[in-house]
Amino acid sequence: MKPGTRLKSGTCDTEVMVIRCGDGVIQCGGAPMRETKPEEIAALAADFSGGTLMGKRYVDADNAYELLCVKPGKGSLAVDGVLLVTKDAKPLPASD
Amino acid sequence: MNISLILEMAAEAAPDRIGLVCDGKRWTYAQLLSAARGAVEMIEASNAAHVALLDESSEAAVIALFGAGMAGVPYCPLNYRLADEDLAGLLDRIAPALIIGDVARVQRLSEGHTTLARTDFVSGAKSASVREGREYNDGEGIAVQLFTSGTTAAPKAAILRHSNLLGYILGTVEFAGAAEEDASLLCVPPYHIAGISALMSSIYAQRRIVMLPAFAPESWLKLAEAERITNAFVVPTMLSRIIETLDNGVEADISRLHAISYGGGKMPLEIIRRALDLFPSTGFTNAYGLTETSSTVALLGPDEHRAAHTSDDPQVRARLASVGIPLPTVEIEIRDEDGLCCAPGQAGEIYVRGDQVSGEYKEKSALDANGWFPTRDAGYIDENGYLFLSGRADDVIVRGGENMSPGEIEDVLLSHADLADACACAIPSIEWGEAVGIAVVVREGHSAPDEAELKELIRARLRSSRVPDKVLFVSELPYNEMGKLLRREVKVLLAG
Repeated sequence: MKPGTRLKSGTCDTEVMVIRCGDGVIQCGGAPMRETKPEEIAALAADFSGGTLMGKRYVDADNAYELLCVKPGKGSLAVDGVLLVTKDAKPLPASD
Repeated sequence: MNISLILEMAAEAAPDRIGLVCDGKRWTYAQLLSAARGAVEMIEASNAAHVALLDESSEAAVIALFGAGMAGVPYCPLNYRLADEDLAGLLDRIAPALIIGDVARVQRLSEGHTTLARTDFVSGAKSASVREGREYNDGEGIAVQLFTSGTTAAPKAAILRHSNLLGYILGTVEFAGAAEEDASLLCVPPYHIAGISALMSSIYAQRRIVMLPAFAPESWLKLAEAERITNAFVVPTMLSRIIETLDNGVEADISRLHAISYGGGKMPLEIIRRALDLFPSTGFTNAYGLTETSSTVALLGPDEHRAAHTSDDPQVRARLASVGIPLPTVEIEIRDEDGLCCAPGQAGEIYVRGDQVSGEYKEKSALDANGWFPTRDAGYIDENGYLFLSGRADDVIVRGGENMSPGEIEDVLLSHADLADACACAIPSIEWGEAVGIAVVVREGHSAPDEAELKELIRARLRSSRVPDKVLFVSELPYNEMGKLLRREVKVLLAG
């Protein structure tokens, strides 16, 4: 998948933009994310229902995946069943 | 990825928040996005190869930047201060373009363009009908094309891809990181990289942009007070003129101004020291970057400014003259003439690598095989990782095989109480290939020092090889409107 690809959740409103990724399956709310929104929304898996936050970046432990949340929702992001965490960088002072 | 994501996200998260104030008009993020989408229809209908802006800052700059991005046509803001002859050359290079701004001037100088006055473009963009659910460009290509200022050679068309600009914004700005009351005063012209990156970073941070299309210190202070400005970016000459105006007794309540960043040229030490004293609770940030790197690649932050200003340690004090440390998202190396990495403290050419670094011109890419961009800026990194600039690599004076930086000679000259400004550059020498020539400006109310005295000062503080062969007294040095010293013009003066 190319950087810049937009993926939509099959379980909630979440949308992400791929910044970096490997070959695993990117999921939200327990179901795979796809470039097009499915006609029927599936139920959220209880273990993946923490929600996503607008503008946050989500990464895996190896830093192989990085997703930018461009639309928030109720599901949690994961790759192959492993939850992603938000990347918290120290904010830089505004330089322009 | 497309830079329009920045505006789309702001409009999604805070549609009704004011994102832009210009000439008393207020624009919400939703209104700006809607106008940018309307602009796409106009751009597509024009079949233009570029979208150009020949105008001062206004809402049109925001609408055109994102509209062009969504349409997949490079946005190319032009320097309206250029002489007709130079501007005509650039206009021909971007034909056929949709050009917003000075219609009469474009029509007089170049052919094959679609031209629109600012008000016509903005009203057209607001009223254009846009089909619900239509798709936009995927952002695989060029977002912005900027002509470099050409202080050493003819302007080059630098290219910034969507991925470079978004790489910079996503890597350095926290989405919606600004507080509701934050407002940033923008007085950099729209054709400068800092003017473009400021639009994108402020919108992504959701920091209200307040535009000051034509800089004057009094209007800057007045607007800062009226709009309760919290952040501002200035070039060194602007800061110097603002301080001068305050010194002259002009009063303004700018107590909310908690952050001033600066860049775009060398900041004189006496000005930044004065500013730190004058605004004791303001955080200062020095940003170093180039057009080809999508703006900032290194910065010296507020705490480091204060520490350097008050420290007794010479090494810490010296940092006030540095441009700080590289951003976490870029790599910087200093290389010598053989392309080898320099040891700390050793000067060479600055190389930069990272997502935000384009290093690409319309004609060719300047990146090396491993993605490093040779900036042509000279400098060194000290043992603690602080980057110091010593001028353009092309400005280095090579006298009998010895490399000399104009900056070190100028710094010594500026320590002389009778001199207000100084420029050192290479002059032809039969004996040495190149020798040092200096042009100096005498401080107002002072009398000109002897040539011999200046030569002795340099001999004593530096080395005899740095002593100028030619000394020229001038009433002022030539600068461009961004405060960049035009060395090629000084060279001409010294050759005359």
